Amino acid sequence: MEATTQKIELSVTVNGTRYERAIEPRMLLSDFLRHEIELTGTHVGCEHGVCGACSVLMDGEPVRSCLMFAVQTQGREIVTVEGLGTVDALSPVQQAFHEAHGLQCGFCTPGILTTVTAFLETNPNPSEEEVREAISGNLCRCTGYQHIVDAVLLAAKKKQAS
Amino acid sequence: MDKRLIGKRVVRNEDPRLLTGQAQYVDDVNLPNMAHAAMFRSEYAHARIRSIDVSKARAHSGVIAVYTAEDMGADCYPGPPLVSPPPTVKDVIFNSRRQVPLVKDKIRHAGEIIAVVIAETRYIAEDALDLIEIEYEPLPVVADIEKALEPNSPLVHDDLDSNLAAHLVQKKGDYESARASADVIIQRRFTIERGTAAAMENRGIVAQWDAKSEALTVWDTTQAPIPIRNGLAARLGLSESKVRVIAPFIGGGFGPKIMMFYSEEMLVPWLAIKLNRPVKWIEDRRENFYATTQERGQVHEVEMAFTRDGKILGIKDDFIHDTGAYDPYGLTTPLNTQSHVMGGYDIPNFTSEFRVAFTNKTIVTPMRGAGRPHGIYVIERMMDIAAKELGIDRVEIRRRNLIKPDAFPYEHGIIDQAFAPLIFDSGNYEAVLNETLKAVGYEKFIKEEQPRYRAEGRRVGIGVLPFIETTGVGPYEGARVTVEASGKIAVATGVGTQGQGHFTSFAQVVAEQLGVDVTDVRITTGDSAHFNWGTGTFASRGAVVAGNAMHAAATMVRKKILKLASKVLNAPEEELELEDGMVRVADIPQSSISLSDLAALANPLRGAVEPGTEPGLEATAYYGPQYGPTAFGVHAMIAEIDPETMMIKILRYVVTEDCGTILNPLILEGQIHGGVALGLGNAYYEKLHFDENAQLLNASFMDYLLVGSTEMPRIEVHHLETRSPLNELGTKGVGEAGAIPVPALFAQTMEDALYDYNLEIRETPLNPNRLFEIARKEKTA
Ligand code: FES
Ligand code: FES
Repeated sequence: MEATTQKIELSVTVNGTRYERAIEPRMLLSDFLRHEIELTGTHVGCEHGVCGACSVLMDGEPVRSCLMFAVQTQGREIVTVEGLGTVDALSPVQQAFHEAHGLQCGFCTPGILTTVTAFLETNPNPSEEEVREAISGNLCRCTGYQHIVDAVLLAAKKKQAS
Repeated sequence: MDKRLIGKRVVRNEDPRLLTGQAQYVDDVNLPNMAHAAMFRSEYAHARIRSIDVSKARAHSGVIAVYTAEDMGADCYPGPPLVSPPPTVKDVIFNSRRQVPLVKDKIRHAGEIIAVVIAETRYIAEDALDLIEIEYEPLPVVADIEKALEPNSPLVHDDLDSNLAAHLVQKKGDYESARASADVIIQRRFTIERGTAAAMENRGIVAQWDAKSEALTVWDTTQAPIPIRNGLAARLGLSESKVRVIAPFIGGGFGPKIMMFYSEEMLVPWLAIKLNRPVKWIEDRRENFYATTQERGQVHEVEMAFTRDGKILGIKDDFIHDTGAYDPYGLTTPLNTQSHVMGGYDIPNFTSEFRVAFTNKTIVTPMRGAGRPHGIYVIERMMDIAAKELGIDRVEIRRRNLIKPDAFPYEHGIIDQAFAPLIFDSGNYEAVLNETLKAVGYEKFIKEEQPRYRAEGRRVGIGVLPFIETTGVGPYEGARVTVEASGKIAVATGVGTQGQGHFTSFAQVVAEQLGVDVTDVRITTGDSAHFNWGTGTFASRGAVVAGNAMHAAATMVRKKILKLASKVLNAPEEELELEDGMVRVADIPQSSISLSDLAALANPLRGAVEPGTEPGLEATAYYGPQYGPTAFGVHAMIAEIDPETMMIKILRYVVTEDCGTILNPLILEGQIHGGVALGLGNAYYEKLHFDENAQLLNASFMDYLLVGSTEMPRIEVHHLETRSPLNELGTKGVGEAGAIPVPALFAQTMEDALYDYNLEIRETPLNPNRLFEIARKEKTA
């Protein structure tokens, strides 16, 4: 058990900023993001890879930060919800969620926003069924998903128009 | 009331921060020098603790302290009863037993806390949990609620003669004579099993003690910050003004986040003071399955008396309610069931008796629906069975019994969950039914579409049924509305918020009165430093109780504004208009003053505030209803089922809701969507599987199935508005509505779809396996 305190040097880019930290190899990526570099926008709902709240983008692909060790991101580029847009300049996906009421408590939202942002890159003009499929790995207890689906379809429309 | 903003689809003020990761939840609170707690929980559901050895854990590097009940000494006593005293119904029995911070001698459910480790990191704290050694003496387990009340059952609480936690009978009319004159008597038994609320955010607490100023600050995922503040102050011997409880953004509540006091809620603040360090504890999902309260376990034996033409003469319902190992929340849930077992029907004779049983399971407290879905399940299943036995169409038999519009206020002569008389204030039930039938195309489906499906060999069924929801109960909530020097409006209230859109719907109510933009109203909820009177967010009461307090406070501020402006602008109050943050004299637009300038005049630095007046444009108001308004709705569903796999596809889902005045339809629809999703989970996906040792077999999201985006149908929401005469805004609650009728509706729809199976569903939740079993048994029977 003492061996786990051996620290490893990690260098990773998060939302365009390079972070260098000495961390324990067992530290989860979700804990690193939330508590080590204090980007608390990424949420943890289950710590076992089912709910999707902790999803972030690694080199553009959605990954579950609760299922990865932070040291596995050595040299990679991570984008969290904080990297998508700001309060004054929401990203098109964030804006669509605002307009379509795609969130209630907001706890599942960061993981859904990152997942959807990547999804719309690969499928800019999805059908409702494809949207439901794309977010089927993200649990939401508040919305019944309908306004989330509406928000994704709206975001696709916004992106096409711009 | 001329409505400018109330009732509009306004997008939410709180969204931008939530969408960008800037909103603070409890686990986002990171304080300097903060220590981390992890709980050692019992694996056994029922056992005596022979010995506890925490010495190795204490010696582990990075561990700050380990506490057991013995170390906590006299401070380790049970939490307060949340609802007390019991209702004043004749011959009521209520045995109050409450949870403790740390268990000393006897474990009563798996997951109870025996020791707490505080360490420099959560990782180290969890390492040290592995070093704790406990010797248990396992005891025979009380797992089944019916067996719990048998005379030879083992006892959850040894000082009681039995596992009876409560017993209560309520009556209306005279069921026995109704029975004697009935044409048809129907008897059935229904079982309802447990699920969990599964808010996406688990519980969590951060406590910070400032020894120099003797002040405690607690961030808590609670739906009731003010009662937690008051209770903590009492427990810790502090003045209430020295305890600040903040319920920041909460990742979903659904009921269980209002259990005062969870063991951890007593423990973590105590530790912060003891150690003089900030302490954080965040529940993990596995803990949530054991330690966060659950609901829904009941068994009903029901009898109903009908005339030949389907008129209900009376109902008699005996049921057992599972409260788990303790009963801190009193009788709220079974009383709610009792209030809903007559549904929206005119039933002259009623007898209901319930017994509450202690079991070796997680504590039961209200969860979205809170006993109501059980009542609706029972009555609506009985109506379906009666329709079949009497040969009356299932919509028609309901129509014949719904309470008529001229019968309101409709008094039942029994008490509700708040011990107030059960009175339905207003409604237009049949209109809501008709609206739903039209929207779902009931006639056409039955006459044309269904026969076509059946000819094709497809099993597609339709279900339609009504429900009531008692909402918006007392005692009270309050709000303070202030026009700030900037001209923006600051509002504070004591209720907590868990995603219901309070920052917007409350802002609409205030902006409506003060003539400002919704975005210019800034709401603070759930921080005892900003507003320190209130009870909490439960019983679908936010929009009703806090909403009407907002309205009252805003109305008072409006009066102050007009009075002052009238003097300044030298015009009578009746000629003034409030619009765009300005007060104007009607027809003379140049004669105006901004709210910001008025606020400055109302709070002068020189001169005098006139005797008998107060400085500032501010008012505080409270609203406390005698009894709550009752909402009504009808849900309809068309679904197809494959009898080989019992996999379902919901083709249509229609909701018509009448919750009085609508504040914001966008938010309202979201509430209904989410409620229906939980209801579908309760109907066909979600069940906590306990074995005979009361061990939970599916304590993870891998094994406990929440409804996902691909299972959910699109929901069509329709509205009717019958204003409640009980409050100024005319609102009724809606927060739990969506979930309430779904299991009953699902059962009706499945029976209709599997028409050739002669199916009668008498249990919930189902799942494909279970439905397959029942269908096969009934087909061969
Ligand atoms: S927290 Fe990572 S998937 Fe749930
Ligand atoms: S908005 Fe609350 S969990 Fe999705």
